[in-house]
Amino acid sequence: MDNFYTDTPDFKFHLEDPLVKKIVSLKERNFNESESFDFAPLNHDDAIDTYEKILEIVGEICADIIASNAEGVDLEGPHLVNNEVIYAEGTNADYKALYDAGLIGMALPRKYGGLNFPLLPYVMAAEMVARADAGFANIWGLQDCAETIYEFGSEEQKEKYLPRFNRDGATAAMVLTEPDAGSDLQSVKLKATFDENENIWKLNGVKRFITNGDADISLVLARSEEGTIDARGLSMFIYDRNSRAVQVRHLEKKLGIKGSPTCELVFKDAPAELVGKERFGLIKYVMALMNSARLGVGAQSVGIADAAYREALKYAEDRAQFGKVIVRFPAVYEMITNMRVRVDALRALLYETTRFVDMQKVYEDLMKERSLEKEERLEMKAFAKLSNVFTPLIKLVASEACNSIAYDSLQIHGGTGFMKDFPIERIYRDARITSIYEGTTQLQAVAAIKGVTTGIFLDQIKKYDLEVSDKNCEIRTKLHKMTEAYESISSRVIDLDNNELLDFHSRRLVEMAGNIVMGYLLVLSGQREERFLKSAKLFVNLANSENRERYEYINSFEPSDLNLYKLAEFEELEEQV
Amino acid sequence: MRALKIVVLAKQVPDTRHVGPDAMRPDGTVNRPKLQTVFNPDDLHALELALHIKDQIPETKVTVLTMGPKRAADIIREGYYRGADYGVMISDKRFGGADTLATSYTLVKAIQKLGDFDLILGGRQAIDGDTAQVGPQCADKLKIPQITYVDQIVEIKDDEIIARRRLEKGVETVSSPMPCLMTVHGSAPACRSRHAKRVMKYKYARTSTELNSKGTEDFLIDLHKKRSYLTIPEWSVEDIGAEMEKIGLSGSPTKVKSVESIVLTAKESKQLSEDDADIEMMIQELIEKHTIG
Repeated sequence: MDNFYTDTPDFKFHLEDPLVKKIVSLKERNFNESESFDFAPLNHDDAIDTYEKILEIVGEICADIIASNAEGVDLEGPHLVNNEVIYAEGTNADYKALYDAGLIGMALPRKYGGLNFPLLPYVMAAEMVARADAGFANIWGLQDCAETIYEFGSEEQKEKYLPRFNRDGATAAMVLTEPDAGSDLQSVKLKATFDENENIWKLNGVKRFITNGDADISLVLARSEEGTIDARGLSMFIYDRNSRAVQVRHLEKKLGIKGSPTCELVFKDAPAELVGKERFGLIKYVMALMNSARLGVGAQSVGIADAAYREALKYAEDRAQFGKVIVRFPAVYEMITNMRVRVDALRALLYETTRFVDMQKVYEDLMKERSLEKEERLEMKAFAKLSNVFTPLIKLVASEACNSIAYDSLQIHGGTGFMKDFPIERIYRDARITSIYEGTTQLQAVAAIKGVTTGIFLDQIKKYDLEVSDKNCEIRTKLHKMTEAYESISSRVIDLDNNELLDFHSRRLVEMAGNIVMGYLLVLSGQREERFLKSAKLFVNLANSENRERYEYINSFEPSDLNLYKLAEFEELEEQV
Repeated sequence: MRALKIVVLAKQVPDTRHVGPDAMRPDGTVNRPKLQTVFNPDDLHALELALHIKDQIPETKVTVLTMGPKRAADIIREGYYRGADYGVMISDKRFGGADTLATSYTLVKAIQKLGDFDLILGGRQAIDGDTAQVGPQCADKLKIPQITYVDQIVEIKDDEIIARRRLEKGVETVSSPMPCLMTVHGSAPACRSRHAKRVMKYKYARTSTELNSKGTEDFLIDLHKKRSYLTIPEWSVEDIGAEMEKIGLSGSPTKVKSVESIVLTAKESKQLSEDDADIEMMIQELIEKHTIG
């Protein structure tokens, strides 16, 4: 039987990372729940064994059910019937399988029906689901919203909403964007007014591009402070579908992820509950929600990249031209090996980032129970800093890479890939959204550039360097040179103290840092398991040439060149806005 | 609807999809220790039907009963993971080498020891023997009605059950008084997956033979003292009161004489013209021989 967990030994490898021991012990509060819950782990090894067993179930469902339904789901898509979103038949079967296996609300605490999983195994599950069907991954992955309710909701809200995920298989949606508020969420207009008579908040207005908009439980960003125009007037609300006060006006027709319904919603006096405090909607809660969603897109992108790689390999080993299977031609095996190497690198970065976020979150959660020791506080802050820049980094590099890997994979399929005969055609279309939603690549660069300007990336790179055991190895020398180049070129840009110039080069600088980080992660992986050594060598070669190109571009760029890029119509356009 | 007591007969079988070169012994018998094992596929369908009844009538209790060597305890654990309430192992070296006659005798003795039941469900057949005899023999020995080839339970009344049978040329819906035995066809719904929380709860379920084997960690023994539901009952010849001459090799009249490897080859070929009548004739012939249709 196929199994997406057991056919990918990398998962086990990343579960065995030394930092995981600390995450699990903090998450499990030194394993004191095994007295009150008969399914709680007894110790670290038991917890890891449990994660593996559960991931094996996910892997089996992904291979047997979700992957086999993917084509049908893509064809059929969701429908709108009597103001209700009806999923494709396969989508319902996929969700049911995961629900029946108890896999909704995996990361929630046990007292709310969850499995109390750290993010690490949860993100692994998300990667597998995306490999099976990237569109479906959204519907399942929106259980992230439960985390946000857990983090910021009142005890009453937690008790009311959280058990519904695991017990009833509740679905969720993040209801943020509007026709005039896409990337720029500060402009959200959906109105929230407090009805004094009914003692309840009511929502009115339109939301657009809402993934899974007809979900059971929605987190809605709305303007609660009349007369405000920026982020400080926005609050976050829970809307319960049982109120039936939202009209699904339209389902978008899309290029990819067709199984995932994208809705236009009209709120008409929809009753809602305020989450946390007024005015903190965007600046605190949605930021947290977006960060987990970005990690989710990172996982989705790696899943898509892996699927595309496997399709390419399968096809190239089977297809013969000029008397031999095409995988034997240099032009083809180069592409395939580079795909594999990139997937290894992306996965290393994805799970490194996830561990950082886990460390931050377990401490934040612990803080609700007791005050942290000084050392713990410092550690939490350090991991929070890392999470803040690694999360947009993985979102940026993984989404871009999965697009290029899907491109190459389709290329290997030749004309056949352009037809609807093989999964790569769907994978190629599905990949496209990853670099757009939950913040475009360009916006991830804006968030991740802080890692460049504050030196967080560089510090972390130096930390990795200390961990390299073979001090004289060739890869390390190469990585040193790459680091020096990155350090000098980023300082040069930063020292010019020109924000526009920094914005202009931000993606390049972030990608340079990302390449070095992934290079080191593969070298360190190679120290634990030999099979990564080849990937490390090939990735660093690839990354080195990419970084040199970026270096040369930035190095030969004069600040005054910016003007050459500006179009004459700029000023006129700005006046219109 | 009243709650039912259901026994699911399940067998651990070699995984025929992953067969290595040493799968058979020279004498033509299956070299079991060399093979990966799985839950017999038809038995999984039987378990699903039982669990489906439990979904509808939650007080229903499902017991998985299996006979086999030490490692067959995996079947009981798998049953727990998917939703069974209890599991019982019939394990004793003296049961070894049983054919269908001895197996059905042994299972029946164990079923009788379990006590009252309403329904016994088992797969139609096991992929290692393909006899489809054990279920019907059990019904015969228990002197209860049987419905074979079931793929759907249509209705459950107080003491009657209506089920649909999947036959070669169609379906047949029949009713039977309970208690009764059903063998379940592969066209029945696939078994649900393991449930995350149940896996966590039951992953340390062990038979006492497993617990007493070398290398068992202390924490496991302590855990079994605290959580008695983790200890899988393991019944021997004496436990079920079986007669020695009716079990194992001595109770098995079936002997494998020899096994031949048969390579299927085409014996004759037919040339067809593109004529419609010719093609029509060929189609008719294929339908008559049940090759298609």
